[in-house]
Amino acid sequence: MAESSSDDSMNLVEIRPESLLNQVTELKARGYRLVQICSTTLKDRYELTYSFSVKYDLLNLRFTVAEGQKVESISPIYPSAYFYENEIHDLFGVPIEFMTVDFRGGLYRTAVKAPYRLKSEEDQEGGGPK
Amino acid sequence: MSTRSVVPFGPHHPVLPEPIHLDLVLEDEKVVDVVPSIGFIHRGLEKLVEKKDFNEFVYIAERMCGICSFMHGMSYCEAVEHIMGVELPPRAKYLRTIWSELSRMHSHLLWLGLLADAFGFESLFMQSWRIREKILDMFEASTGGRLIFSVNKIGGQRKDMDNAMLHGFVETLGGIETELREIASTFLGNSAVNSRLQGVGRMTKEQAQLYGVAGPFLRASGVARDTRELGYDAYGDLDFEPITADAGDCYARTQVRIRELFQSIDLIRQAVAKIPEGGVAVPVRGFPKGEYMMRVEQPRGEAIYYVKANGTKFLDRFRVRTPTFANVPAMIELMKGCQLTEIPMLVLTIDPCVSCIER
Repeated sequence: MAESSSDDSMNLVEIRPESLLNQVTELKARGYRLVQICSTTLKDRYELTYSFSVKYDLLNLRFTVAEGQKVESISPIYPSAYFYENEIHDLFGVPIEFMTVDFRGGLYRTAVKAPYRLKSEEDQEGGGPK
Repeated sequence: MSTRSVVPFGPHHPVLPEPIHLDLVLEDEKVVDVVPSIGFIHRGLEKLVEKKDFNEFVYIAERMCGICSFMHGMSYCEAVEHIMGVELPPRAKYLRTIWSELSRMHSHLLWLGLLADAFGFESLFMQSWRIREKILDMFEASTGGRLIFSVNKIGGQRKDMDNAMLHGFVETLGGIETELREIASTFLGNSAVNSRLQGVGRMTKEQAQLYGVAGPFLRASGVARDTRELGYDAYGDLDFEPITADAGDCYARTQVRIRELFQSIDLIRQAVAKIPEGGVAVPVRGFPKGEYMMRVEQPRGEAIYYVKANGTKFLDRFRVRTPTFANVPAMIELMKGCQLTEIPMLVLTIDPCVSCIER
Protein backbone atom coordinates (compact mmCIF):
# COMPACT_ATOMS: atom_id res chain seq x y z
CA MET A 1 0.00 0.00 0.00
CA ALA A 2 2.50 2.60 1.15
CA GLU A 3 4.32 4.59 -1.53
CA SER A 4 5.86 6.85 1.04
CA SER A 5 4.74 7.43 4.58
CA SER A 6 5.23 10.30 6.99
CA ASP A 7 3.91 11.74 10.26
CA ASP A 8 2.73 8.84 12.41
CA SER A 9 -0.01 10.78 14.21
CA MET A 10 -1.78 11.44 10.90
CA ASN A 11 -1.02 7.97 9.50
CA LEU A 12 -0.34 9.64 6.20
CA VAL A 13 0.52 7.84 2.97
CA GLU A 14 1.70 9.91 0.03
CA ILE A 15 0.60 8.49 -3.32
CA ARG A 16 0.68 9.42 -7.01
CA PRO A 17 -2.64 10.78 -8.36
CA GLU A 18 -2.80 8.08 -11.02
CA SER A 19 -2.75 5.33 -8.38
CA LEU A 20 -5.68 6.79 -6.40
CA LEU A 21 -8.37 4.46 -7.69
CA ASN A 22 -6.28 1.32 -7.12
CA GLN A 23 -5.43 2.38 -3.58
CA VAL A 24 -9.02 3.28 -2.75
CA THR A 25 -10.34 0.02 -4.22
CA GLU A 26 -7.90 -1.87 -2.01
CA LEU A 27 -9.01 0.05 1.09
CA LYS A 28 -12.66 -0.63 0.31
CA ALA A 29 -11.89 -4.35 0.04
CA ARG A 30 -10.19 -4.16 3.46
CA GLY A 31 -13.34 -2.74 5.06
CA TYR A 32 -12.39 0.93 5.29
CA ARG A 33 -15.08 3.62 5.22
CA LEU A 34 -14.62 7.04 3.64
CA VAL A 35 -14.32 9.70 6.35
CA GLN A 36 -13.61 12.84 4.36
CA ILE A 37 -11.77 14.44 1.46
CA CYS A 38 -9.92 17.68 2.19
CA SER A 39 -8.30 20.10 -0.21
CA THR A 40 -5.61 22.56 0.86
CA THR A 41 -4.23 25.39 -1.25
CA LEU A 42 -0.44 25.30 -1.37
CA LYS A 43 1.72 27.98 -2.99
CA ASP A 44 1.16 26.78 -6.55
CA ARG A 45 -0.69 23.46 -6.20
CA TYR A 46 -3.61 21.82 -4.42
CA GLU A 47 -3.05 19.15 -1.82
CA LEU A 48 -5.80 16.54 -1.63
CA THR A 49 -6.10 14.35 1.46
CA TYR A 50 -8.47 11.38 1.45
CA SER A 51 -9.24 10.02 4.94
CA PHE A 52 -10.44 6.48 5.55
CA SER A 53 -11.17 4.61 8.73
CA VAL A 54 -11.83 1.12 9.94
CA LYS A 55 -13.33 1.11 13.45
CA TYR A 56 -11.26 3.99 14.94
CA ASP A 57 -8.03 3.66 12.93
CA LEU A 58 -7.53 6.54 10.54
CA LEU A 59 -5.54 6.36 7.30
CA ASN A 60 -4.89 9.33 5.01
CA LEU A 61 -3.93 9.16 1.33
CA ARG A 62 -2.40 12.34 -0.05
CA PHE A 63 -1.21 13.75 -3.35
CA THR A 64 -0.90 17.18 -4.95
CA VAL A 65 -2.19 18.46 -8.28
CA ALA A 66 -1.47 21.54 -10.35
CA GLU A 67 -4.09 24.13 -11.31
CA GLY A 68 -6.39 22.59 -13.92
CA GLN A 69 -5.04 19.04 -13.47
CA LYS A 70 -7.92 16.57 -13.52
CA VAL A 71 -8.54 14.10 -10.68
CA GLU A 72 -10.58 10.94 -11.05
CA SER A 73 -13.62 10.61 -8.83
CA ILE A 74 -13.77 7.83 -6.25
CA SER A 75 -17.58 8.04 -6.10
CA PRO A 76 -18.02 4.82 -8.15
CA ILE A 77 -16.24 3.09 -5.22
CA TYR A 78 -17.59 5.12 -2.27
CA PRO A 79 -21.03 6.55 -3.22
CA SER A 80 -20.91 9.39 -0.67
CA ALA A 81 -17.64 10.75 -2.14
CA TYR A 82 -19.52 12.84 -4.71
CA PHE A 83 -20.56 15.31 -1.99
CA TYR A 84 -16.94 15.98 -0.93
CA GLU A 85 -15.77 16.08 -4.56
CA ASN A 86 -18.42 18.57 -5.62
CA GLU A 87 -17.46 20.73 -2.64
CA ILE A 88 -13.79 20.67 -3.70
CA HIS A 89 -14.78 21.49 -7.25
CA ASP A 90 -17.06 24.36 -6.21
CA LEU A 91 -14.77 25.94 -3.60
CA PHE A 92 -11.29 25.21 -5.00
CA GLY A 93 -11.99 24.77 -8.70
CA VAL A 94 -10.24 21.38 -8.88
CA PRO A 95 -11.72 19.51 -11.87
CA ILE A 96 -12.93 16.07 -10.84
CA GLU A 97 -13.89 13.60 -13.54
CA PHE A 98 -16.55 10.89 -13.61
CA MET A 99 -18.43 11.82 -10.44
CA THR A 100 -21.57 9.71 -10.05
CA VAL A 101 -23.48 12.92 -9.23
CA ASP A 102 -21.95 16.02 -10.80
CA PHE A 103 -23.59 19.32 -9.90
CA ARG A 104 -21.38 21.15 -12.43
CA GLY A 105 -20.62 23.94 -9.99
CA GLY A 106 -24.17 24.16 -8.66
CA LEU A 107 -23.83 22.54 -5.23
CA TYR A 108 -22.58 25.70 -3.49
CA ARG A 109 -24.35 28.95 -4.28
CA THR A 110 -21.41 31.25 -3.65
CA ALA A 111 -21.16 34.82 -4.94
CA VAL A 112 -17.58 34.20 -6.11
CA LYS A 113 -16.85 31.09 -8.17
CA ALA A 114 -14.24 28.80 -6.56
CA PRO A 115 -13.38 31.29 -3.79
CA TYR A 116 -10.56 29.14 -2.37
CA ARG A 117 -8.71 28.60 -5.66
CA LEU A 118 -5.03 29.46 -6.14
CA LYS A 119 -4.37 33.15 -6.42
CA SER A 120 -3.24 34.31 -9.83
CA GLU A 121 -0.20 36.59 -10.12
CA GLU A 122 -2.62 39.45 -10.66
CA ASP A 123 -4.46 38.63 -7.41
CA GLN A 124 -1.19 38.41 -5.48
CA GLU A 125 -0.22 41.85 -6.70
CA GLY A 126 -3.48 43.18 -5.32
CA GLY A 127 -5.31 43.48 -8.63
CA GLY A 128 -7.75 40.60 -8.05
CA PRO A 129 -11.36 40.64 -6.93
CA LYS A 130 -11.87 42.31 -3.56
CA MET B 1 -45.30 5.89 -16.51
CA SER B 2 -46.53 8.56 -14.09
CA THR B 3 -45.90 12.22 -14.77
CA ARG B 4 -42.88 13.56 -12.98
CA SER B 5 -43.00 16.81 -11.11
CA VAL B 6 -40.43 18.74 -9.10
CA VAL B 7 -41.35 20.08 -5.67
CA PRO B 8 -38.92 22.51 -4.08
CA PHE B 9 -38.25 21.76 -0.38
CA GLY B 10 -36.59 24.68 1.39
CA PRO B 11 -34.57 26.80 1.71
CA HIS B 12 -37.32 27.95 4.10
CA HIS B 13 -39.56 25.24 5.48
CA PRO B 14 -41.27 24.77 8.87
CA VAL B 15 -39.04 21.79 9.79
CA LEU B 16 -35.83 23.53 8.73
CA PRO B 17 -34.30 25.85 11.32
CA GLU B 18 -31.65 26.76 8.73
CA PRO B 19 -31.73 27.06 4.94
CA ILE B 20 -30.97 24.13 2.64
CA HIS B 21 -32.66 23.55 -0.68
CA LEU B 22 -33.79 20.18 -2.02
CA ASP B 23 -35.50 19.66 -5.36
CA LEU B 24 -37.72 16.62 -4.86
CA VAL B 25 -38.53 14.79 -8.10
CA LEU B 26 -41.89 13.07 -7.64
CA GLU B 27 -43.90 10.42 -9.44
CA ASP B 28 -47.33 10.97 -7.94
CA GLU B 29 -46.51 11.22 -4.21
CA LYS B 30 -43.39 9.06 -4.39
CA VAL B 31 -39.94 10.68 -4.33
CA VAL B 32 -37.76 9.25 -7.10
CA ASP B 33 -34.83 11.66 -7.03
CA VAL B 34 -33.45 14.47 -4.90
CA VAL B 35 -31.14 17.31 -5.94
CA PRO B 36 -29.64 19.32 -3.06
CA SER B 37 -28.07 22.76 -3.22
CA ILE B 38 -26.38 24.62 -0.39
CA GLY B 39 -24.48 27.84 0.07
CA PHE B 40 -27.20 30.14 1.43
CA ILE B 41 -25.18 30.71 4.59
CA HIS B 42 -21.67 29.89 3.40
CA ARG B 43 -19.42 32.31 5.29
CA GLY B 44 -15.95 31.12 4.32
CA LEU B 45 -14.95 30.84 7.99
CA GLU B 46 -12.27 28.25 7.23
CA LYS B 47 -10.53 30.73 4.94
CA LEU B 48 -10.32 33.34 7.72
CA VAL B 49 -7.70 31.21 9.45
CA GLU B 50 -5.17 32.66 7.00
CA LYS B 51 -5.82 36.18 8.27
CA LYS B 52 -6.42 35.77 12.01
CA ASP B 53 -3.91 35.00 14.72
CA PHE B 54 -4.26 31.31 15.66
CA ASN B 55 -5.21 32.32 19.24
CA GLU B 56 -7.93 34.70 18.02
CA PHE B 57 -9.31 32.08 15.67
CA VAL B 58 -10.83 30.19 18.64
CA TYR B 59 -13.59 32.84 18.65
CA ILE B 60 -14.30 32.22 14.97
CA ALA B 61 -14.23 28.43 15.31
CA GLU B 62 -16.88 28.54 18.03
CA ARG B 63 -19.10 30.74 15.87
CA MET B 64 -19.44 28.16 13.10
CA CYS B 65 -22.67 27.07 14.72
CA GLY B 66 -24.71 28.13 17.74
CA ILE B 67 -25.54 24.60 18.85
CA CYS B 68 -22.15 22.85 18.69
CA SER B 69 -20.30 26.07 19.51
CA PHE B 70 -18.40 24.83 22.57
CA MET B 71 -17.12 21.70 20.87
CA HIS B 72 -16.05 23.58 17.73
CA GLY B 73 -13.86 25.88 19.82
CA MET B 74 -12.60 23.06 22.00
CA SER B 75 -11.68 20.76 19.12
CA TYR B 76 -9.86 23.51 17.25
CA CYS B 77 -7.84 24.20 20.42
CA GLU B 78 -7.10 20.50 20.85
CA ALA B 79 -5.82 20.17 17.28
CA VAL B 80 -3.46 23.13 17.80
CA GLU B 81 -2.46 21.90 21.27
CA HIS B 82 -1.54 18.53 19.78
CA ILE B 83 0.65 20.16 17.14
CA MET B 84 2.39 22.31 19.79
CA GLY B 85 2.79 19.40 22.20
CA VAL B 86 0.81 21.15 24.93
CA GLU B 87 -0.27 18.88 27.78
CA LEU B 88 -3.41 20.18 29.47
CA PRO B 89 -3.91 20.08 33.24
CA PRO B 90 -6.22 17.15 34.13
CA ARG B 91 -8.87 19.49 35.56
CA ALA B 92 -9.13 21.30 32.21
CA LYS B 93 -9.79 17.97 30.47
CA TYR B 94 -12.61 17.18 32.90
CA LEU B 95 -14.12 20.63 32.48
CA ARG B 96 -14.10 20.18 28.71
CA THR B 97 -15.82 16.82 29.12
CA ILE B 98 -18.52 18.24 31.40
CA TRP B 99 -19.28 21.19 29.11
CA SER B 100 -19.24 18.83 26.10
CA GLU B 101 -21.84 16.56 27.66
CA LEU B 102 -24.01 19.51 28.67
CA SER B 103 -23.73 20.69 25.05
CA ARG B 104 -24.87 17.27 23.86
CA MET B 105 -27.90 17.46 26.16
CA HIS B 106 -28.73 20.97 24.97
CA SER B 107 -28.48 19.85 21.34
CA HIS B 108 -30.54 16.68 21.76
CA LEU B 109 -33.25 18.52 23.72
CA LEU B 110 -33.40 21.22 21.08
CA TRP B 111 -33.80 18.52 18.47
CA LEU B 112 -36.52 16.70 20.44
CA GLY B 113 -38.46 19.98 20.63
CA LEU B 114 -38.11 20.54 16.87
CA LEU B 115 -39.26 16.97 16.23
CA ALA B 116 -42.34 17.39 18.43
CA ASP B 117 -43.10 20.70 16.73
CA ALA B 118 -42.77 19.08 13.30
CA PHE B 119 -45.41 16.46 13.99
CA GLY B 120 -47.67 19.02 15.65
CA PHE B 121 -47.31 18.04 19.32
CA GLU B 122 -47.00 21.55 20.73
CA SER B 123 -47.00 20.71 24.44
CA LEU B 124 -44.26 18.09 23.96
CA PHE B 125 -42.22 20.69 22.05
CA MET B 126 -42.61 23.15 24.94
CA GLN B 127 -41.76 20.53 27.58
CA SER B 128 -38.55 19.60 25.70
CA TRP B 129 -37.44 23.21 25.43
CA ARG B 130 -38.45 23.96 29.02
CA ILE B 131 -35.98 21.27 30.15
CA ARG B 132 -33.38 22.62 27.73
CA GLU B 133 -33.64 26.03 29.41
CA LYS B 134 -32.22 24.49 32.58
CA ILE B 135 -29.13 23.37 30.67
CA LEU B 136 -28.76 26.88 29.23
CA ASP B 137 -29.04 28.27 32.76
CA MET B 138 -26.13 26.02 33.76
CA PHE B 139 -24.10 27.38 30.85
CA GLU B 140 -24.91 30.93 31.89
CA ALA B 141 -23.97 30.28 35.51
CA SER B 142 -20.66 28.61 34.61
CA THR B 143 -19.52 30.62 31.58
CA GLY B 144 -21.60 33.78 31.37
CA GLY B 145 -22.96 32.79 27.95
CA ARG B 146 -25.96 30.70 26.98
CA LEU B 147 -24.83 29.60 23.51
CA ILE B 148 -21.37 31.00 22.81
CA PHE B 149 -19.18 30.54 25.88
CA SER B 150 -15.64 31.58 24.88
CA VAL B 151 -14.15 29.52 27.70
CA ASN B 152 -11.68 27.63 25.50
CA LYS B 153 -8.20 28.84 24.70
CA ILE B 154 -5.07 27.21 23.37
CA GLY B 155 -3.61 25.65 26.53
CA GLY B 156 -6.75 25.15 28.60
CA GLN B 157 -9.82 26.92 29.91
CA ARG B 158 -10.50 30.56 30.68
CA LYS B 159 -12.89 29.67 33.50
CA ASP B 160 -13.18 27.05 36.20
CA MET B 161 -16.21 25.67 38.01
CA ASP B 162 -15.89 25.31 41.77
CA ASN B 163 -17.00 22.14 43.48
CA ALA B 164 -20.16 23.72 44.92
CA MET B 165 -21.27 24.66 41.40
CA LEU B 166 -20.46 21.22 40.03
CA HIS B 167 -22.42 19.44 42.77
CA GLY B 168 -25.27 21.90 42.28
CA PHE B 169 -25.34 20.93 38.60
CA VAL B 170 -25.46 17.25 39.50
CA GLU B 171 -28.44 17.91 41.75
CA THR B 172 -30.21 19.85 38.97
CA LEU B 173 -29.48 17.02 36.55
CA GLY B 174 -31.20 14.62 38.96
CA GLY B 175 -34.40 16.66 38.56
CA ILE B 176 -33.91 16.85 34.79
CA GLU B 177 -33.54 13.06 34.68
CA THR B 178 -36.98 12.61 36.26
CA GLU B 179 -38.54 15.09 33.83
CA LEU B 180 -36.81 13.42 30.89
CA ARG B 181 -38.35 10.07 31.81
CA GLU B 182 -41.79 11.62 31.44
CA ILE B 183 -41.21 13.11 27.98
CA ALA B 184 -39.26 10.00 26.88
CA SER B 185 -42.29 7.82 27.57
CA THR B 186 -44.38 10.07 25.29
CA PHE B 187 -41.79 10.22 22.51
CA LEU B 188 -41.25 6.47 22.56
CA GLY B 189 -44.60 5.14 23.74
CA ASN B 190 -47.33 7.37 22.30
CA SER B 191 -49.06 5.64 19.39
CA ALA B 192 -49.68 8.90 17.47
CA VAL B 193 -46.01 9.83 17.72
CA ASN B 194 -44.88 6.32 16.79
CA SER B 195 -47.07 6.29 13.69
CA ARG B 196 -45.02 9.21 12.31
CA LEU B 197 -41.64 7.64 13.13
CA GLN B 198 -41.76 3.87 12.92
CA GLY B 199 -40.74 2.31 9.60
CA VAL B 200 -39.91 5.72 8.07
CA GLY B 201 -36.52 6.32 6.44
CA ARG B 202 -35.09 2.93 7.33
CA MET B 203 -31.33 2.57 6.83
CA THR B 204 -29.59 -0.79 7.14
CA LYS B 205 -26.27 -1.35 8.89
CA GLU B 206 -24.64 -2.03 5.51
CA GLN B 207 -25.96 1.22 4.01
CA ALA B 208 -24.76 3.15 7.06
CA GLN B 209 -21.24 1.76 6.62
CA LEU B 210 -21.23 2.28 2.85
CA TYR B 211 -22.30 5.92 3.06
CA GLY B 212 -19.94 6.70 5.94
CA VAL B 213 -22.63 8.22 8.15
CA ALA B 214 -21.98 9.42 11.68
CA GLY B 215 -23.50 9.85 15.12
CA PRO B 216 -26.97 8.80 16.26
CA PHE B 217 -27.92 8.37 12.56
CA LEU B 218 -25.23 5.65 12.38
CA ARG B 219 -25.82 4.09 15.78
CA ALA B 220 -29.58 3.81 15.16
CA SER B 221 -28.68 1.32 12.42
CA GLY B 222 -26.86 -0.93 14.88
CA VAL B 223 -23.26 0.24 14.40
CA ALA B 224 -21.58 0.71 17.79
CA ARG B 225 -19.17 3.49 16.87
CA ASP B 226 -18.75 6.54 19.10
CA THR B 227 -15.61 8.67 18.79
CA ARG B 228 -15.60 9.30 22.55
CA GLU B 229 -14.23 5.76 22.81
CA LEU B 230 -10.91 7.20 21.56
CA GLY B 231 -10.56 8.53 25.12
CA TYR B 232 -9.84 12.21 24.37
CA ASP B 233 -10.24 14.68 27.26
CA ALA B 234 -11.50 12.75 30.30
CA TYR B 235 -13.48 10.13 28.37
CA GLY B 236 -10.70 7.59 28.86
CA ASP B 237 -11.39 7.71 32.63
CA LEU B 238 -15.16 7.34 32.31
CA ASP B 239 -17.24 4.22 31.93
CA PHE B 240 -19.63 4.17 28.97
CA GLU B 241 -20.59 2.21 25.88
CA PRO B 242 -21.97 3.45 22.55
CA ILE B 243 -25.77 3.47 22.50
CA THR B 244 -27.29 1.68 19.56
CA ALA B 245 -30.66 0.61 18.18
CA ASP B 246 -31.35 -1.88 15.41
CA ALA B 247 -34.39 -0.71 13.45
CA GLY B 248 -32.55 2.05 11.54
CA ASP B 249 -35.71 4.15 11.16
CA CYS B 250 -36.76 7.58 12.46
CA TYR B 251 -38.02 5.96 15.68
CA ALA B 252 -34.62 4.31 16.30
CA ARG B 253 -32.85 7.67 15.85
CA THR B 254 -35.17 9.22 18.41
CA GLN B 255 -34.56 6.28 20.75
CA VAL B 256 -30.76 6.65 20.49
CA ARG B 257 -30.81 10.39 21.19
CA ILE B 258 -33.12 10.00 24.19
CA ARG B 259 -30.92 7.28 25.68
CA GLU B 260 -27.86 9.47 25.02
CA LEU B 261 -29.44 12.18 27.16
CA PHE B 262 -29.45 9.80 30.14
CA GLN B 263 -25.93 8.68 29.21
CA SER B 264 -24.73 12.30 29.30
CA ILE B 265 -26.16 12.76 32.79
CA ASP B 266 -24.31 9.64 33.89
CA LEU B 267 -21.05 10.84 32.31
CA ILE B 268 -21.33 14.24 34.02
CA ARG B 269 -21.93 12.51 37.38
CA GLN B 270 -18.85 10.34 36.84
CA ALA B 271 -16.76 13.34 35.79
CA VAL B 272 -17.83 15.44 38.79
CA ALA B 273 -17.00 12.55 41.12
CA LYS B 274 -13.51 12.18 39.62
CA ILE B 275 -12.50 15.73 38.70
CA PRO B 276 -9.06 16.48 40.16
CA GLU B 277 -8.04 19.73 41.81
CA GLY B 278 -5.51 21.99 40.15
CA GLY B 279 -5.07 24.58 37.45
CA VAL B 280 -7.14 24.81 34.30
CA ALA B 281 -4.62 26.20 31.83
CA VAL B 282 -0.92 26.18 31.01
CA PRO B 283 1.05 28.97 29.34
CA VAL B 284 1.67 28.43 25.62
CA ARG B 285 4.61 30.04 23.85
CA GLY B 286 5.66 30.06 20.24
CA PHE B 287 3.79 29.24 17.07
CA PRO B 288 2.45 25.89 15.86
CA LYS B 289 4.17 24.03 13.04
CA GLY B 290 2.84 20.77 11.64
CA GLU B 291 -0.56 19.25 11.02
CA TYR B 292 -3.10 17.17 12.90
CA MET B 293 -6.61 15.78 12.59
CA MET B 294 -8.57 15.97 15.83
CA ARG B 295 -11.60 13.73 16.03
CA VAL B 296 -14.42 14.29 18.51
CA GLU B 297 -17.97 13.05 18.95
CA GLN B 298 -20.27 16.00 18.56
CA PRO B 299 -24.00 15.69 19.33
CA ARG B 300 -24.59 14.88 15.64
CA GLY B 301 -21.64 12.50 15.34
CA GLU B 302 -17.95 12.29 14.56
CA ALA B 303 -16.38 15.60 13.52
CA ILE B 304 -12.87 15.96 12.08
CA TYR B 305 -10.84 19.13 12.70
CA TYR B 306 -7.82 19.41 10.43
CA VAL B 307 -5.22 22.05 11.22
CA LYS B 308 -2.10 22.72 9.17
CA ALA B 309 0.35 25.22 10.64
CA ASN B 310 3.50 26.78 9.18
CA GLY B 311 5.32 28.12 12.24
CA THR B 312 3.86 31.64 12.03
CA LYS B 313 0.86 33.12 13.84
CA PHE B 314 -1.31 32.44 10.79
CA LEU B 315 -2.36 28.89 9.96
CA ASP B 316 -2.26 27.43 6.45
CA ARG B 317 -5.49 25.50 6.70
CA PHE B 318 -8.36 24.77 9.03
CA ARG B 319 -10.97 22.38 7.79
CA VAL B 320 -13.90 20.81 9.61
CA ARG B 321 -15.69 17.73 8.32
CA THR B 322 -18.90 18.01 10.28
CA PRO B 323 -21.23 15.07 10.92
CA THR B 324 -24.11 16.63 8.99
CA PHE B 325 -21.87 16.92 5.92
CA ALA B 326 -21.17 13.18 6.17
CA ASN B 327 -24.86 12.39 6.67
CA VAL B 328 -26.37 14.32 3.75
CA PRO B 329 -25.52 11.81 0.95
CA ALA B 330 -27.15 8.97 2.94
CA MET B 331 -30.18 11.16 3.71
CA ILE B 332 -30.61 11.86 0.00
CA GLU B 333 -30.38 8.17 -0.80
CA LEU B 334 -32.96 7.27 1.85
CA MET B 335 -35.41 9.84 0.48
CA LYS B 336 -35.64 8.00 -2.82
CA GLY B 337 -38.69 5.76 -2.59
CA CYS B 338 -40.28 7.65 0.32
CA GLN B 339 -43.66 9.32 0.21
CA LEU B 340 -43.61 13.12 0.11
CA THR B 341 -45.27 13.29 3.54
CA GLU B 342 -42.40 11.31 5.09
CA ILE B 343 -39.69 13.72 3.92
CA PRO B 344 -39.93 16.26 6.79
CA MET B 345 -39.50 13.49 9.41
CA LEU B 346 -36.59 11.97 7.51
CA VAL B 347 -34.81 15.30 7.14
CA LEU B 348 -35.36 16.16 10.78
CA THR B 349 -34.21 12.83 12.22
CA ILE B 350 -30.71 13.22 10.81
CA ASP B 351 -30.68 16.43 12.92
CA PRO B 352 -29.18 18.54 10.13
CA CYS B 353 -27.02 21.50 11.07
CA VAL B 354 -26.67 23.62 7.96
CA SER B 355 -24.29 26.16 9.54
CA CYS B 356 -21.97 23.23 10.22
CA ILE B 357 -22.25 21.97 6.63
CA GLU B 358 -21.37 25.32 5.11
CA ARG B 359 -18.98 26.87 7.61
